[in-house]
Amino acid sequence: MSVYDELSAAIRAQDPVALVTVVEGPNVGSKLLVRPGHDPLGGLGHPELDRVAHRDALAELEAGRSGVRHYGPSGETTPEDLVDTPLVRVFVESWAPPPQMWIFGAVDFTAALAKVAKVLGYRVTVCDAREIFATRRRFPMADEVRVTWPGPMFDERGDELGPRDAVCILTHDPKFDVPAVQGALATSVGYIGVMGSRTTHEKRLERLAEAGTDDPAELDRLMSPVGLDLGARTPEETAISICAEIIARRTGRVTPSLRDGTGPIHQ
Amino acid sequence: MKDLLDDIDRWRADHKRVALARVVDIEGSGPRDPGAAMAVNEVGEVVGSVSGGCVEGAVVTEALSILQGAREPGVITFGYSDDEAFAVGLTCGGTIRLFIEELDW
Repeated sequence: MSVYDELSAAIRAQDPVALVTVVEGPNVGSKLLVRPGHDPLGGLGHPELDRVAHRDALAELEAGRSGVRHYGPSGETTPEDLVDTPLVRVFVESWAPPPQMWIFGAVDFTAALAKVAKVLGYRVTVCDAREIFATRRRFPMADEVRVTWPGPMFDERGDELGPRDAVCILTHDPKFDVPAVQGALATSVGYIGVMGSRTTHEKRLERLAEAGTDDPAELDRLMSPVGLDLGARTPEETAISICAEIIARRTGRVTPSLRDGTGPIHQ
Repeated sequence: MKDLLDDIDRWRADHKRVALARVVDIEGSGPRDPGAAMAVNEVGEVVGSVSGGCVEGAVVTEALSILQGAREPGVITFGYSDDEAFAVGLTCGGTIRLFIEELDW
């Protein structure tokens, strides 16, 4: 198989894959195809350069990033080794599987949030323990609808979640959202949003403390009340405010989150 | 790139040579992120885009030059801030660098 054949097959299968291309320096155009758990395919002109680029491409892929990196012709990376050598610039292009959003609670807000999350490219899973609410018919836009409690869901698949992923807990029901928060906090998920008024949030914190979750550093990961302070009213507007907050948290921009204000959410 | 695969496969199956241009780097305000791609075949058919429509015409010209052997694969820069910039600029004022090559790999 050619590099292109293997690349296009992996992209179509949504398997993680990175393509390293020399864009400046010796051997312009040479390629290294990198897939986790596979031997790299191709080469950049020097075995040590291949080794270093392979390692770095795996890290870029893990983060879902694409960009230019530079090395010496034999894979040198430290600044003093790069003085007076021709630089090899490589473009590392990553095709990572889509980030995930897990939404707990099969309510009206869930359908709106799932819709907006799909627009942003998330793989969306809706999870609720109530069989009559958690149906494909109500959430046709979701990639997956699971009838289960949060505990088993996180036990089974929590290790799939990473910094690019999001968990949104929309249940308002302590017997469901306490285990959902605990499950989410046990993962390295990048965003945890929990719906409810400031009063609901305070009560939830008390219940979490009773359940043994009271570390302030851990609880600081919770975005609750959830969303940016847009004055959103409808489920659709609220979905936009949640997704906008997810983007702002990822980019590190300062935007008014409801969590960081006081007073009623709706005026 | 994913959106380009079907067309590229069809062109290759028809034994048409294909050039690929990918955004590798942007400076300042740029409409598309690294990885945005367009492909051009030897008869001038185009799929994909690399900006908001500002530079695509110039990219087609460069892609055809590659396929005619009139230029080597390499990085081309579009933007106002670079001395070596092509005449075509980006209305947003940013600079984008593309890597353009024949898809013969």
